[in-house]
Amino acid sequence: MSMPYYVAPEQVMKDRADYARKGIARGRSLVALSIDNGILIVAENPSKSLHKVSEIYDRIAFAGAGKYNEFDQLRVAGVRHADTKGYTYSREDVDARSLANIYAQYLGQVFTHEMKPLEVEILVAEVNSSSEKDELFRILYDGTVVDEENFAVLGGEAEDISQALKDGWKDNLDLSGALKSAVKALEGPERKILPTQLEVALLDRTMSGRVFRRLEDGEVKELLS
Amino acid sequence: MILPMFNPGQGPGSDFVELLRSTSGARADISPTQAGLENIRHGTTIVALKFSDGVVMAGDRRATEGHSIAHRKMEKVFPADRHSGIAIAGAAGFAMEMVRLFQTQLQHYEKVEGAPLSLEGKANQLSLMIRSNLPMAFQGLAVVPLFAGYDLGRSQGRIFSYDVTGGRYEETDFHATGSGGRDARTTIKLGYKKDLSKDQAIQLAIQGLYEAADEDSATGGPDLVRGIYPTVATITKEGFVSIQEEEVSQLFKALIQTKSGDGQTI
Repeated sequence: MSMPYYVAPEQVMKDRADYARKGIARGRSLVALSIDNGILIVAENPSKSLHKVSEIYDRIAFAGAGKYNEFDQLRVAGVRHADTKGYTYSREDVDARSLANIYAQYLGQVFTHEMKPLEVEILVAEVNSSSEKDELFRILYDGTVVDEENFAVLGGEAEDISQALKDGWKDNLDLSGALKSAVKALEGPERKILPTQLEVALLDRTMSGRVFRRLEDGEVKELLS
Repeated sequence: MILPMFNPGQGPGSDFVELLRSTSGARADISPTQAGLENIRHGTTIVALKFSDGVVMAGDRRATEGHSIAHRKMEKVFPADRHSGIAIAGAAGFAMEMVRLFQTQLQHYEKVEGAPLSLEGKANQLSLMIRSNLPMAFQGLAVVPLFAGYDLGRSQGRIFSYDVTGGRYEETDFHATGSGGRDARTTIKLGYKKDLSKDQAIQLAIQGLYEAADEDSATGGPDLVRGIYPTVATITKEGFVSIQEEEVSQLFKALIQTKSGDGQTI
């Protein structure tokens, strides 16, 4: 009879974490900023139809970095959760915090119990009456939830991008200013990103009902110029 | 609550009704024999007609329980999504539940799939929902909605009427249903012509409801004492827009003026 090799739990977790991080780093990063008229989410995404940023509910958006099929599955589950909750109770009872917790539970569960962790990092954003009341939850591959203030960065190059955003940060940025600084942070010192390679969406604070809207190429180009 | 995750090939897809079934099990049905049929609220007359840029939908505000008036401010015309609307007649409780389910279903599909259903698809979806209410309809609790919308693909307004079995019929110009539907329909038929302007179409819808209320006890007319008027909405390329109550009240007052001024007794 062959003996199974002993692997220390620390090592197992570390290996899984490394694996997940590597997977996430392969994809492009994205940022979300809480600005004067809402929450702006900017992702580098050359595809026009495979979205990284999407609508979950009236005032809640979702964004994912990493493996597309995995975060898209999470997105659909989030829509299902939100719609079921809103239908069972009321539309105002659907909130980002509870959704973020449910995501965290699921990701944590997969990380510790499954063979392969999910190679994703996701964002749940909820826009409210003022920028201080906005909620940005970043959820990591192992179920860690981070309650971000002002802005959140997802993906491989998060540290550099965060630093760049922090350096250029001003409270209550307008749409054009925020978009410019987001693109600059995503580009870094060397690269240049064309407007057509951006996926931009806004949770509009000034609207009521379903406030998620995508900004088309033309509008993005105009705001950047 | 837990995250509703499904294995590949097993989930409900973009179907919200199926999702509810798989997550919460079957819901308890009300037995009408216990509830007492007469005491169940009914909504009454609704109309829809096409005009040059889209569709007008309107409905009176009265709900009845048997022969008494149960509610004077009931809404019967709702937006289904950005470019379509649903108006309801029949058992009020089921009808309003159906509207909520229908609205959620359309939105759910749009979010999961990343694109809205076609107008035809929405009309068929509603058909299935009415069909599932058939056992209730046999007990006298029928729900008969009208569905109308602006078809972005064909650049025109479209109207769909239904029967209790879920049968779906596309109307060419206009339709009215509910207890006063017959009277409303006749009135609209007499005044209808192709390519009405928006104002003309609203005027005609209002006239239809007025005549229905005049002939049918379950249809509420303009309530000048309480300031309650039928709801009117338009659906065009720009989307679903409710007409302000103030504007509707003006139109009714003008209509009453002409009627009493001419000394007509119709």
